[in-house]
Amino acid sequence: MRYLPHTERSRALMLEEVGAASIEELFNDAGAPVGLAPSKLPNHKSELEVDRYLRKLSERNTVAANAAFFVGCGAYRHHVPASVDHLIQRSEFLTSYTPYQPEISQGTLQYLFEFQTQVANLLGSEIANASLYDGSTGCGEAVLMAHRITRRKKAVLSGNLHPHYASVVKTISHMADYRVKEATIDAGLANTDAILSMIDEETSCVVVQTPDVFGTLYDLNAIAEAAHEKGALLIAVVTEIVSLGAIKAPGDMGADIVVAEGQSIGNGLNFGGPYLGLFACREKYIRQMPGRVCGQTTDADGKRGFVLTLSTREQHIRREKATSNICTNSGLCCLSFNIHMTLLGETGLRKLAHVNHTKAVQLSERLSEIDGVQVLNSSFFNEFTVELSKPAAPVVEALAANNILAGVPASRLWPEAKSLENTLILAATETVVDEDIDQLCAGLKEQLDAE
Amino acid sequence: MLNNKGRVTQPPEGAPQADATLSIQSQSHSGHKGLLMDEPLLFEIGSVEKTGVDFPGISDEEAGEESKLLAGLYRDEEIGLPGLSEPEAVRHYVRLSQKNYAIDSGFYPLGSCTMKHNPRLNEKMARLPGFLDIHPLQPQSTVSGALALMEELSHWLVELTGMDSIALSPKAGAHGELCGMMAIKAALEAANSERNIVLVPESAHGTNPATAALLGFKVASIPADKDGTVRASAVQDAIEKNGAETIAAIMLTNPNTCGLFEREIKEIADAVHEAGGYFYCDGANFNAIMGRVRPGDLGVDAMHFNLHKTFSTPHGGGGPGSGPVVLSKRLTPFAPVPFLKRDGDALTLVEDADETNKAFGRLTAFHGQMGMYVRALSYILSHGLDGLAAASGDAVLNANYIRTKLKDLLNQPFGDQACMHEVLFDESSLSGTGVTTLDLAKRLIDEGFHPMTIYFPLVAKGAMLIEPTESESTESIDLFIHTMRALISEAHAGEEERFHQAPIHTPLRRLDETGAARKPVLKWVEEA
Repeated sequence: MRYLPHTERSRALMLEEVGAASIEELFNDAGAPVGLAPSKLPNHKSELEVDRYLRKLSERNTVAANAAFFVGCGAYRHHVPASVDHLIQRSEFLTSYTPYQPEISQGTLQYLFEFQTQVANLLGSEIANASLYDGSTGCGEAVLMAHRITRRKKAVLSGNLHPHYASVVKTISHMADYRVKEATIDAGLANTDAILSMIDEETSCVVVQTPDVFGTLYDLNAIAEAAHEKGALLIAVVTEIVSLGAIKAPGDMGADIVVAEGQSIGNGLNFGGPYLGLFACREKYIRQMPGRVCGQTTDADGKRGFVLTLSTREQHIRREKATSNICTNSGLCCLSFNIHMTLLGETGLRKLAHVNHTKAVQLSERLSEIDGVQVLNSSFFNEFTVELSKPAAPVVEALAANNILAGVPASRLWPEAKSLENTLILAATETVVDEDIDQLCAGLKEQLDAE
Repeated sequence: MLNNKGRVTQPPEGAPQADATLSIQSQSHSGHKGLLMDEPLLFEIGSVEKTGVDFPGISDEEAGEESKLLAGLYRDEEIGLPGLSEPEAVRHYVRLSQKNYAIDSGFYPLGSCTMKHNPRLNEKMARLPGFLDIHPLQPQSTVSGALALMEELSHWLVELTGMDSIALSPKAGAHGELCGMMAIKAALEAANSERNIVLVPESAHGTNPATAALLGFKVASIPADKDGTVRASAVQDAIEKNGAETIAAIMLTNPNTCGLFEREIKEIADAVHEAGGYFYCDGANFNAIMGRVRPGDLGVDAMHFNLHKTFSTPHGGGGPGSGPVVLSKRLTPFAPVPFLKRDGDALTLVEDADETNKAFGRLTAFHGQMGMYVRALSYILSHGLDGLAAASGDAVLNANYIRTKLKDLLNQPFGDQACMHEVLFDESSLSGTGVTTLDLAKRLIDEGFHPMTIYFPLVAKGAMLIEPTESESTESIDLFIHTMRALISEAHAGEEERFHQAPIHTPLRRLDETGAARKPVLKWVEEA
């Protein structure tokens, strides 16, 4: 077996030193039951065989690069510079553990410190952690954190929060015996009033996504003010962080905690994971923040260095009194983000955001020329919502057969909501070319005209 | 895994400075030392004007134009994101990488963490466009290969454990624990049960009690016996003391964090089941038994994997992980969404909890760590059942070989007995030398090894938990043993000062972790 250095001879020599006749005897001595091994599973395969087999499976999927692609809703297709993937595959990054021994982990620790700075600045917050699993789990953690800070138990969710994010919050809240109230869904509208009316003295936090799941942008200032007036916190959620190269950061609009999905920068679509949870907040909440944090310090010679810090919040020290049970971050995905963001720089990020917005505007203008398509948004960044003259899911399915991935039918996310049956959410990033838009428009027209 | 006391890293008061000659020899004018390059922070070398990505045809001015569709929310202030050109960026990160230890460069015997070789085939497979470049919300009809891959991985993990079903979506081990315990809570709720006590042995990973507490359970600690394992009688005592009707579950790691197989695991499972509770098994140490023992046969109701440990998806400096959970028949109906459903030839992913299922809810957006599923399946198919059993066998052999070769110099806190895939020593044999477990760990760094896990588990004083994994050759392990023996002799020979100064051959020396926590500096701020 190509991954095992031992030969039968070296095994025999080592067994002799250990004083066991066989490996089975060793297991027996250690108290592990013998004779309960699984069966009915195939034996090992060569690299070539595995390659061939998995490649075949992969070829059954429609690849975004080979389609006219407009799918978003929390995961976005962006171009990642070639150097990013090359650098993250450096052995020293790819095959190292969590940097618990800082003297031999300064590479990881320094990029985490750079990452935290980039995230805090991008989200407009005072501090950021070294990442969580993804945006949705970060959203759940933010709600729990708000409950700890305010000592209240009720979260108010915007109706236009990504339904998967809302589900994550509702699941953990139900399990941990906390309450959740949801505002109404308003496709294409920033229904701030509906949210404001739900904040009361029992509210621990208000969770608002911007751009929301339908693509609408929010001025968070009024919501922040109203939340603070009642002693509640504002948690802002961003699922498309490229937007922050063009629009105001949630932290600068009064959000106390900002969680975001960082996948757009540096990370591929990967069918949903691994992604990258960005988490930022006000400095005064530092000791209530979940997840790993990297901090600056000095070594015995007085030189600057970095360590994981504030571990007294964490499970391995606090056990059942920990702020969360989290024991992992998204290390390598942070590195991808860090490198891609460094390559972009502020200038590049602003241009990237500009291209995204321009493409989306172009797409919306083209779509609104089609009979049976109505654009619902009055504001958007690179994603918006349209109302079709017929149910969206079958249309999307039919277009997919022609290599057009037309977006996400709202019914995929809200299967129960009949009012959203004809609603379609589309995203356009820098990867979209004019021919893609032509194809989509032609295909859509054909589908909508069909009886 | 980690240490918790290993954080006090200042040399003791009055300790002499490092050898002056050495210090002078190691100075340089550039800040670099041979192959070891000093590297400033991005914020000290980059600038907001610089970029390493081209957008032909778009001027800075154009990019700065406000669009009316942005609802007056245009971000006009500077963000604070310096950039670098591509050659500068490549050099910056290559230099940073050179300050890291890695499994590819040396022996990494970090107990409880399973730092095994990461085959590059896995990386190549995960980057196939058909896996990398597909969206979680494109129509299911366009991703049948992805669903088939998830089904095949599920089949392997279920068969290897002898369980009934699997929840793939948890994003890491602790997330898997949360998933398993939520399934248990959902099952209790469905039975209108008020059970709220979770039994956790003292040697458990910190995530176990943290997870139980997060879900509102009360944690009752169970002591280990003097052989380091949990007695069924101790579990029985805890059940009686709290009342059988209060027991929700037990969370047990097997093999446990002392590297020992829980010999009475079946009796423990029976006792908990008889009381009406569930058995959660922490599968962090599955590498010791894969292909040889099926947890389902031992009475387990839920167990998470750490795909990044057992199935070699890279640790990546601290993630991303992946923590699928296998479930017993009793818990299967409560598995979270999404889950796979096969109906004849049709394979679908059920994405919503509704009246047609009893799913307890959703743990994450989308479908989990697909990139990790591909890597893990690539590893599993490469090994096959015979290879997986050979791997766990070699892992156990290597640990016992180290145990045998060091046991005359280091104390095994629970007596001289065969271990599984990792061996635990304590620091008692170093007493009187002035050298602690931490010092020994830091000296190992100078010798070119990543230290073992130290100060965990807490049940051993000055714990050293050594997990060689199956990836190490006899020669590599022999060098480690030789080095350990030499260092312990040095400690006994009164050379404690060398230990206190260590490490000296690293980019930085011991770091002040106490100071870092007292006044946290978490981001770069330009000095005024």
